[in-house]
Amino acid sequence: MATYEELKQGAERRWKELNSRPWIRVGTAMCGQAAGALEVVATLKAKLAARKIDAVVSEVGCLGLCYAEPIVDVAKPGKARLLLGNVTPADVDAIVDGYLASNRVPPQKALGYLAAAGQAPLAGVPDFKALSGYGKQNRVALRNGGHIDPTDIFQYIATGGYAGLNKALSAMKPADVIKEVTDSGLRGRGGAAFPTGVKWSFLVRSNAPRKYILCNCEEGDPGAFNDKTILESDPHTLLEGITIGGYATGSTNGYVFIRHGHDGPINRTEAAIQQAYKAGLLGKNILGTNFSFDIEVALTGESYVAGEETALMEAIEGHRSMPRARPPFPAAYGVWGRPSNINNVKTLAYAPEIISKGAAWFSSIGVNKSKGTAIVCLTGHVQRPGIYEVAMGLTLGEVINDIGGGVSGGKQLKLLQTGGPLGGVLSAASTTVTIDFDEMAKAGAILGSGGIIVADSDTCAVDLTRNLVAFCQFESCGKCFPCRIGTTNLLEIVDRIVTCQTRPGDLELMRSIGKTIQAGSLCGHGQLGFNPIRSALQHFAADFDAHMKTGKCATGGCEKPRLSPTNTRPFAQEATPEAALTGRPA
Amino acid sequence: MAADSETLRQQIRESIKTQKRPTVTVLSSLLAVQDSLGYLPDEAIEEVAAHSKATINEVWGVASFYTNFRFTPPAKHVVEVCWGPTCHLVGATGIIQGLLDEFKLSGEGDTPDGRVTLRYNTCLGACAQGPVMMVDHHLAGRVTPETARAKVKSLGDTNGHR
Ligand SMILES: Cc1cc2nc3c(=O)[nH]c(=O)nc-3n(C[C@H](O)[C@H](O)[C@H](O)COP(=O)(O)O)c2cc1C
Ligand code: FES
Repeated sequence: MATYEELKQGAERRWKELNSRPWIRVGTAMCGQAAGALEVVATLKAKLAARKIDAVVSEVGCLGLCYAEPIVDVAKPGKARLLLGNVTPADVDAIVDGYLASNRVPPQKALGYLAAAGQAPLAGVPDFKALSGYGKQNRVALRNGGHIDPTDIFQYIATGGYAGLNKALSAMKPADVIKEVTDSGLRGRGGAAFPTGVKWSFLVRSNAPRKYILCNCEEGDPGAFNDKTILESDPHTLLEGITIGGYATGSTNGYVFIRHGHDGPINRTEAAIQQAYKAGLLGKNILGTNFSFDIEVALTGESYVAGEETALMEAIEGHRSMPRARPPFPAAYGVWGRPSNINNVKTLAYAPEIISKGAAWFSSIGVNKSKGTAIVCLTGHVQRPGIYEVAMGLTLGEVINDIGGGVSGGKQLKLLQTGGPLGGVLSAASTTVTIDFDEMAKAGAILGSGGIIVADSDTCAVDLTRNLVAFCQFESCGKCFPCRIGTTNLLEIVDRIVTCQTRPGDLELMRSIGKTIQAGSLCGHGQLGFNPIRSALQHFAADFDAHMKTGKCATGGCEKPRLSPTNTRPFAQEATPEAALTGRPA
Repeated sequence: MAADSETLRQQIRESIKTQKRPTVTVLSSLLAVQDSLGYLPDEAIEEVAAHSKATINEVWGVASFYTNFRFTPPAKHVVEVCWGPTCHLVGATGIIQGLLDEFKLSGEGDTPDGRVTLRYNTCLGACAQGPVMMVDHHLAGRVTPETARAKVKSLGDTNGHR
């Protein structure tokens, strides 16, 4: 079996070879695909073949600048990279005949150049790092996004990948790894912000022949796509992080849990797993040590609550994704009844850099008790939507205005929705709040999954609230009746308010239902399910008043029936097979 | 009828048996059948139950829970449209209404001619490009009611989604 040094030497050789020819990288993460990147790739490949030009075309992940997708990155040997934005198939001629063949930069599409040490800038093109969307990022978990081919393990190793795992296995005891992660101040990025090193130490104490590290990429929060982006951009970072967690906790197996249908993240993760096995970085005796570890992908059907930690274990076991009562906690009784640890994708993706660069390096980024970076998905009414990895401690306003270019169409900011639908909404005054787990909690919001949805002054808060409540209702798993029935009742009332058919006592009724679902639900879905209404009533009472008292929406005529689904789980009653009704055994 | 059902069963057993991920469960088997047939006939519930040594009720309990399963043969094309909050803010309602008008539907479902299935999705994962829709697994962002209708108008009679 190859040693890490041998792998590294081979990878560096390949990296040199790769860079000795023109290399064209096209971002084809889901965001790029939605902007038409696949058509650009196909046109590029056809054109290069027709011109008989020997160049490599790679589909890569994401640089974060979704607003500029599809992004094409052209590197000529020895020269700075040229990044082009909003590329369409019609631009391919200018790339191949113009730039590759005769060095003419298509000016209107040029975003900037990226020069490595010692390389000259490209004439007439701005520095890509001077774009606030890139320059203000501090990319740790996403450091390779857009730079390497996610399906090529050697590119990951050539750029420093698996050095953290090698260091852990060769020079650190499991307890040292846990101490490093604890000292780094890393807190979970899945919502609850629990200290990761502490969570890992719970699993150490459970003695069992099989223990599991579960990686949560359910990511059902609408408005968030950073977990999927990591899997599409750099799946090896995640695999390395899971394996480090496995070594630290004495675990034997890992699962990456992804929603069925997200083919990009699924395929790229599975390809990476296969390569890691082939390179001896997964499986028996990793890198020649006596540590063995296996990772596989598990899929869930469509269900938001499947992202809740105990529901996730139910789904891996093949059941309905309904939460379990705790205790027993996962570290004692997890998937298949065995000790398990659950972390979000982002949390685990930080581990390799924490181990290679050290706890002090990581905790030097960020503020207070929020160390490291936040990976935010900035969407909605904003000039430059994107996925930006920034140091913790920036204000929401800095992210929205400096990086995102402010509210689109020159309008005023009205509200922000952060941390997923259950996170609730914030008013425009919240732009001074810093991105910090505890500061956001104080402001009545959560950082959660990292989604920041921006809404302009033409938005009706009641209309957006209905959308969020409809989500909570649709996604209730149905196990706890206060959540199942309560969210349905809440949606009926909000529907009445939107369509200006309010009944007396509706507000009090909502508050009372809100209390019941918070007190009577097993998991966060019901416990937090009233947040959208509570926060909207707090900040935007005037919008509710307009609907309820004047019978007319103050902002824009949203008084229409809802188009989103109305069903409740289990959703397919009408299709129940005869045999299921009679309970006949198979 | 009986012979057809036997062919169907063989196909189902084949997709259950050839799953490539190591952990095989009721859910993984149902997903495998849905991927190969596009739906779960009663035979699939029975075969998965037999394979997993579970009862029909247990398997149906799982199948009826996840919203991506369907129980009748799918239409030739699947059009998904996002109604998540980001897409909602940037115009999803207009896209959905446009598609409903185009298909002469009043909600999610199949067109009577069996050409298109319209599905609502809580988030298609490309929020920065909202409003987002997906036609036969191909994502499309920044759509308008007009471009959305144009995309589905050009769908042919051949099977597009598998
Ligand atoms: C309804 C519900 C949905 C959730 N969905 C996710 C999810 O999609 N991804 C995630 O990482 N955590 C999700 N969580 C939080 C997890 O239960 C868990 O706290 C998290 O995965 C732990 O990882 P961390 O310690 O790295 O933060 C969800 C929680 C609830 C209550
Ligand atoms: S909210 Fe529409 S794609 Fe995410």
